[in-house]
Amino acid sequence: MLRVFEMAYSEVLKKVDHIVGTPDSFAALLSCKALKPFDDRVCSFLSDLSEMIMKDPQMRAFPDVMTFGFWIRRSSVAGMKERFERDFGDTICRGKGLVFHIAPSNVPMNFAYSLAAGLLMGNSNIVRIPSKDFPQTGLTCSAIRRALEKNEDIRPYIYLVKYGHDREVNDLFSSVCDERIIWGGDRTIEEIRLSPLLPRSQEITFADRYSLAVIDSDAYMGTSDKERLAGDFYNDTYLTDQNACTSPRIVIWIGDRVEEARSLFWKNLHDIVKEKYRFEAIQAVDKLDAVLNAGCDIDGLKLEENEDNLIVRVRVSDIYEDIMDHICHSGYFYEYICEDILKIIPLCDDKRCQTISYIGPKEMITPLTESGVKGIDRVIPIGRTMDFELIWDGYDLRSQLTRIIKVE
Amino acid sequence: MSIESILECPIYELDKEEKSKILTSRLKELTVLHKNRCPQYASMLRTLGFDEDGIGSYEDIPFLPVRLFKEKELKSVPDPDIVKTMTSSGTTGQSVSKIYLDRETSSNQQKIMVKIVSHLLGANRLPMIICDCPSVIKNRSMFSARGAGILGFSMFGSRKIYALDDEMRLQTDALIDFLNEHKGERIFIFGFTFMIWQHLYKELVRLRDSQGITLDLSNAVMIHGGGWKKLTSEAVSSGEFKKRLKEVCRISDIHDYYGMVEQNGCIYMECECGNLHASIFSDIITRRFSDFKPCGYGEKGIIQVLSVIPESYPGHSLLTEDEGVILGEDDCPCGRKGKYFKILGRIQNAEIRGCSDTYAAGF
Repeated sequence: MLRVFEMAYSEVLKKVDHIVGTPDSFAALLSCKALKPFDDRVCSFLSDLSEMIMKDPQMRAFPDVMTFGFWIRRSSVAGMKERFERDFGDTICRGKGLVFHIAPSNVPMNFAYSLAAGLLMGNSNIVRIPSKDFPQTGLTCSAIRRALEKNEDIRPYIYLVKYGHDREVNDLFSSVCDERIIWGGDRTIEEIRLSPLLPRSQEITFADRYSLAVIDSDAYMGTSDKERLAGDFYNDTYLTDQNACTSPRIVIWIGDRVEEARSLFWKNLHDIVKEKYRFEAIQAVDKLDAVLNAGCDIDGLKLEENEDNLIVRVRVSDIYEDIMDHICHSGYFYEYICEDILKIIPLCDDKRCQTISYIGPKEMITPLTESGVKGIDRVIPIGRTMDFELIWDGYDLRSQLTRIIKVE
Repeated sequence: MSIESILECPIYELDKEEKSKILTSRLKELTVLHKNRCPQYASMLRTLGFDEDGIGSYEDIPFLPVRLFKEKELKSVPDPDIVKTMTSSGTTGQSVSKIYLDRETSSNQQKIMVKIVSHLLGANRLPMIICDCPSVIKNRSMFSARGAGILGFSMFGSRKIYALDDEMRLQTDALIDFLNEHKGERIFIFGFTFMIWQHLYKELVRLRDSQGITLDLSNAVMIHGGGWKKLTSEAVSSGEFKKRLKEVCRISDIHDYYGMVEQNGCIYMECECGNLHASIFSDIITRRFSDFKPCGYGEKGIIQVLSVIPESYPGHSLLTEDEGVILGEDDCPCGRKGKYFKILGRIQNAEIRGCSDTYAAGF
């Protein structure tokens, strides 16, 4: 490496708070060997990390940390490896090299999934972690440090940092990475893209997205699991203040028992929200503002009567194209009742449309995915929208994060 | 009930029942008026499933979050009739409220303002000290909240002097001359709470301690407003504010007021007992955030403000982002009828979780 560059970057690194790794280990990051996917050393590091997380009484208090620990446990990673071999078995793959991850600053654990994906595919990783002091983030980072003590081989592959809005730092990390992952949304992507990548480097961007839920009222009425389903839906929405890209913004009702199903579904949800959700004054005002703002622009909306402000539901009489420009959070749902699922094509034929979660047979969604729409990256049962997978948001991270060596 | 006949009402004398009749009738009329003249307002009412026949009392009238006036251009008059557009910056600093006034609404704002303020100051204009700098009202095409407040209150001044120059320096010599010329007269001091604290009070303390100069404002009446937000960070309460000002310049007649550009004219003046009062021209309702039902006396809630004035924009019933407590109605020891209350501050921003655009929000 050129000495001039070294001098320049050591100045830039002074602006960075090193959480795992040091300014000196930055150089090592650049000269790491590209590993093969699911390298044994990576798997054993993740397995050790998983154990440390799962056994730590402090971390047990955080379900999102436990979920991550569970996702990287030995058998789970073995399952991913098996699927990888099934899908990519005939090719020779290697990690692309260095991945620069920009994690969202208000989701405590996203950085860890992104890091694990980068490692599993054989890459070294710079991760910008949330600057907010989430206890989950701090605990996970300290577990990572401890797991590295048992897995020194992996140390050069992990470099976790915090820093503010800093173009120079973005420029530096972008100028050395082979792949850049920006975990949304649109404004962040715009800002990070001011920093150029190397000619062959690529980028994965998770832009602002929205998601829907489709409920077959007959299937819903037919199940005895209504309370569990309410809990599942709660986890998909309120657990992240209904502000994750995977959180349904609108519930589409189909089938013959819509009225019965609606009233039971919302009542069961209300019971849970009332018991579990911490609701604040500003959220009530935000939701009222959203209803009226939408009502101002779109004729044909109808606020459903609510016992309180915990669940705000707005019935739409037709699928208006700009309805998703009027989304809110903290329990704000549009509802649309339709006889033909193809009626919601305008919602799905939008690149912002990400996940469709459902209750009922998944085949009911097929006409939509087959209809040629530009949206819908994921169809998944209600309750599992937050489950992270290596195929995410329409990308197969496995192929995005590896290089294929063609040998004949 | 027409605005003309309401303007004839005594401003703090009607009891709950009489006031409720007047407000219900007038506010219902305004609701229908805006529904007919502002298509967006009509569309919002349809969204809420609102039916004016269902209005039992003015508590039943829908309220719009004040934020909507930052997001939308809401007016109930044709553009050529608009004589003034009021703006306020709010706390986000990014967007401003736009309030469209026609001649009628603007004139009623002024009339009502005169009634409320002269109830305190008396019918005659007083020599006035404006605790601000002259440049704040220079740009008259766009009214800032501070500029509008000063212009609004200036009509109660006979001779006016700005206490500060454009570099925010206290004009001590000019003030001493002004006070000497008006010896024995009642003086009116107006300013924004923070400006008074920062540039009048602190400077007076400094002058006293370093040069032994003191101003005697014992015959002055002070009206101040504009929020306590900046002073809360300095841990200055309303009581402390009054006590410290009295210590430094012997002023004892000090009144805070609550008001906003979205309902100009209908200000809520603080009485001798330290309570804010609703006049006959307006009212407040505190609402529980959990279900927007009205709070009881003494219960903290989000403040809704109602005003009989707005005809040119649908702002007669608004939900603010302030929290407060209604202490009682018709029985304040000061003798004024109507609701009396306290403001507790702004509702806090929640830390919303989620995964969109947070690189920016995180810092």
